[in-house]
Amino acid sequence: MRYLPKSDSERNEMLAACGLKSLDDLYSYLPSKVLIKKPLNIPAGISEYEIVDYFKKQANLMANGYASFLGAGVYNHYRPVLCDVVVSRGEFLTSYTPYQAEISQGTLTTIFEFQTMVCQLTGMEVANASMYDGSTAVPEAAMMAIRITGREHVIVAKSVHPEYRQVLHTYTLNQGIPVTECGYDSETGQLDLAGIEANLTDHTAAVIVQSPNFFGCLENVRALADLVHSKGALLVVVFTEAASLGVVQPPVDADIVVGELQSFAISPSYGGPFAGIIATKEKFIRQIPGRLVGQTVDANGNRAFCLTLATREQHIRREKATSNICTNQALIALMGTVFMSVYGKAGLRELAEQNLAKAHYLAGGLPARFKAPFFNEFVVRVGDPEALNKKLLKKKVIGGLALGRFYPELADCTLLCATEMSKRESMDIVRQAVQA
Amino acid sequence: MIKKVRRHIVQDEPLLFEISSPGKKAYQLPELDVPAVDAVEALGAANVRSEIEGFPEVSEVENIRHYTRLSTWNFAIDLGLYPLGSCTMKYNPRINELVARTEGLAWGHPYQPEELSQGAFQILATLEKYLCECTGMDAITLQPAAGAHGEMTGLLLVRKYLESLGNPRKKVLVPDSAHGTNPATAAMVGYEVVSVKSNDHGMIDLAALEAATDEDVAALMVTNPNTIGVFERDIVKAAAILHAKGAQMYMDGANMNALVGICRPGDFGIDVMHMNLHKTFSTPHGGGGPGAGPVAIKKHLEPFLPVPRLKRIGRKYSHDYDRPQSIGKVRAFYGNFGVLVRALAYILAHGGPGLRNATIDALLNAQFIRKGLEPYFDLPVTEPTMHEVVFSHDRQEAKGVKTGDMAKRLIDYGFHAYTTSFPLIVHGAMMIEPTETEPKRELELFIDAMISIAKEVDEDPQLVIKAPHLTRTPRVDETLAARRPIVRWKP
Repeated sequence: MRYLPKSDSERNEMLAACGLKSLDDLYSYLPSKVLIKKPLNIPAGISEYEIVDYFKKQANLMANGYASFLGAGVYNHYRPVLCDVVVSRGEFLTSYTPYQAEISQGTLTTIFEFQTMVCQLTGMEVANASMYDGSTAVPEAAMMAIRITGREHVIVAKSVHPEYRQVLHTYTLNQGIPVTECGYDSETGQLDLAGIEANLTDHTAAVIVQSPNFFGCLENVRALADLVHSKGALLVVVFTEAASLGVVQPPVDADIVVGELQSFAISPSYGGPFAGIIATKEKFIRQIPGRLVGQTVDANGNRAFCLTLATREQHIRREKATSNICTNQALIALMGTVFMSVYGKAGLRELAEQNLAKAHYLAGGLPARFKAPFFNEFVVRVGDPEALNKKLLKKKVIGGLALGRFYPELADCTLLCATEMSKRESMDIVRQAVQA
Repeated sequence: MIKKVRRHIVQDEPLLFEISSPGKKAYQLPELDVPAVDAVEALGAANVRSEIEGFPEVSEVENIRHYTRLSTWNFAIDLGLYPLGSCTMKYNPRINELVARTEGLAWGHPYQPEELSQGAFQILATLEKYLCECTGMDAITLQPAAGAHGEMTGLLLVRKYLESLGNPRKKVLVPDSAHGTNPATAAMVGYEVVSVKSNDHGMIDLAALEAATDEDVAALMVTNPNTIGVFERDIVKAAAILHAKGAQMYMDGANMNALVGICRPGDFGIDVMHMNLHKTFSTPHGGGGPGAGPVAIKKHLEPFLPVPRLKRIGRKYSHDYDRPQSIGKVRAFYGNFGVLVRALAYILAHGGPGLRNATIDALLNAQFIRKGLEPYFDLPVTEPTMHEVVFSHDRQEAKGVKTGDMAKRLIDYGFHAYTTSFPLIVHGAMMIEPTETEPKRELELFIDAMISIAKEVDEDPQLVIKAPHLTRTPRVDETLAARRPIVRWKP
């Protein structure tokens, strides 16, 4: 086995040093009834060349060479080369969670920069070192709001990503947290403010909404914030399309912002690994789940960084911890960090404006289902979305997401997304196919 | 004497925000091939943000230097032995990084048509099959994003299963040697945590277990081999105690790397377990994630697994969402697919015989370290060592030196620290896990370094207490960071 760095004679020398006769002596003391009776039914190891070949073969069964207009939480954005260059460095790739601050300043510094940029992007005061993904960040935000308010009820808008809501239900089911779903306005595609008002009580800890929402529509966060705060609840605003924050006003009136950074140089990778964020007001810092990096000094008085406020966490608090979370998504967050520093202030704006332009070109002349302003995703009424998608596939185009699967009342609609990667000729194919 | 390292120049580097200046760029977008859109017109003035205050503006050269310089401040497996007990820091084969970036896989969208996802399905199905074979379990979900996430998934399965029998029960038993995630997870799934004391050998105390197990107990969360690196000799009897009361055996598979190819949890009474693919199956830790925490189960728990499940009809796979008893989803989409690809590449490279050889070499390395260090450090539990060995600082504490001090001094010798102060049942724990991918020479240098540190404790304890001395950054004031948290840069 090529990853095992010892020769047989070295093994024998080591056995002798341990006073053992054979490798079997290392485990033969185990109760005989637990020892494996026959070898694992997994074929013998193969070479690098064969491994590459195997995965190429599988990749060829995927959507190579297709243009895609799928968004819905996972977006096709260009990945600057520098992102892979940086995360491929062994010092980042093959290091552990930075507990030993003296030899982890590289990772710690990049996380501090990440936390800072997430704050700048979202208009929040503090951010943690990242979460598994956007979907799991949602229930973590709900549990955080419950700890802060001492209340137990959660309201979530139906215009939040359906899979995020499913994850919220899974997490909350056994913790005695009732979750109420509130609908959306069928004209605008925005959340139904009256519905939220009707369900908002003195027991409500959090109202969770998404903007741009699952339909791509921007929500009126300011108006909602006033309503939610008037009842003493916290407003949690979710985003799935981080690129929108290059141009869209961030949800500064929220108490907690959670989101998915996949758009920032993280390849779609059939759904993961991604990186979630959670950002909030400074006063809530001790209730934030997960890892946090803080600034301090070293013994020479120089600026240094370390993991901090660990007393919130499972390895200290055990069953009383803020969450069972044990890691963040450091390497993925690093990709996002490099992406943000490559695009920078002007680039992120320009990138967002290109997305806006492409999506509005694609939407031009198509029957929009909703009236609210949108960033790079929108819902179109097409009659039979599955039939449309079949037609497009023949032209090597993957169409939008047929919405009937999540919203039966929108079975005649499709969710289309365009990014800076969408080419005009492919968009023309979609426009013609819808209009035909 | 320090034999492995000597000093060299380390570049200093400010934060990104401090090298930023207006107008610098590292990007160029293509010309728009469609008409530009006025943001205020399209979104409304109230929805358009002003510039992102403080966001960096840095050139490409400065960017690459920035991150490269920062990277040199990290220790990494690529630089040497990383003996963190319980963390399984083994070599990360680079071929795994390459194949995860294969275009059709890296750019696969989770909602793309199933007929254009068959490659991903094949990969997932193959990995499921091999992981079931390694664990002796009947089925597996690849959806959980990390070990702790897998624990939550596993306990949700237990809960749903018990509910289907009429009573979810109230308590989860957790040995006092367990990882902190175990009790934290049980609390998140709505269970009361009952700690069970270990016996003098650091193992499950059958009498204590029997006394704690009643009809209110949903499960025991056991780590095997346990956090002392010792195989739970009575695991089959423990399972019988739990099963007699209708409770489930949950195994924390953090130490599965000590078992692959030698014995299988499915054969010693485990009903449900998670694995950490970033440990046993060598997907990179990346400075703290991403990981993957698949959960393997026995047949009776299968109806409750998260949706979707893979369904095979003829030669084609599809997603099956029609699972009325499922716990639902624990994560959007299908899990950390890119991590799963790497784990499968690791298994393909080893093959069945190679996986077993890797396990045996991991045991050999741990045994070699134990033999080398036993004369110099207290070994509170003398049961046979599997993949890791836990010493205590008792002998050195007499000189005022603690486990954490010696761990920091180890850094000066060119190694990462071992795990300190865990498991909690060992006073002043020094938890050392070499893994199978360490060469003999590196192990000898490590043993040599530890012996040298033991001598320093005798002769010059302050040298150890004030370590590290040779790093770019000397000891960091963690108390200050927590007292006055600064978690973002400000001008």
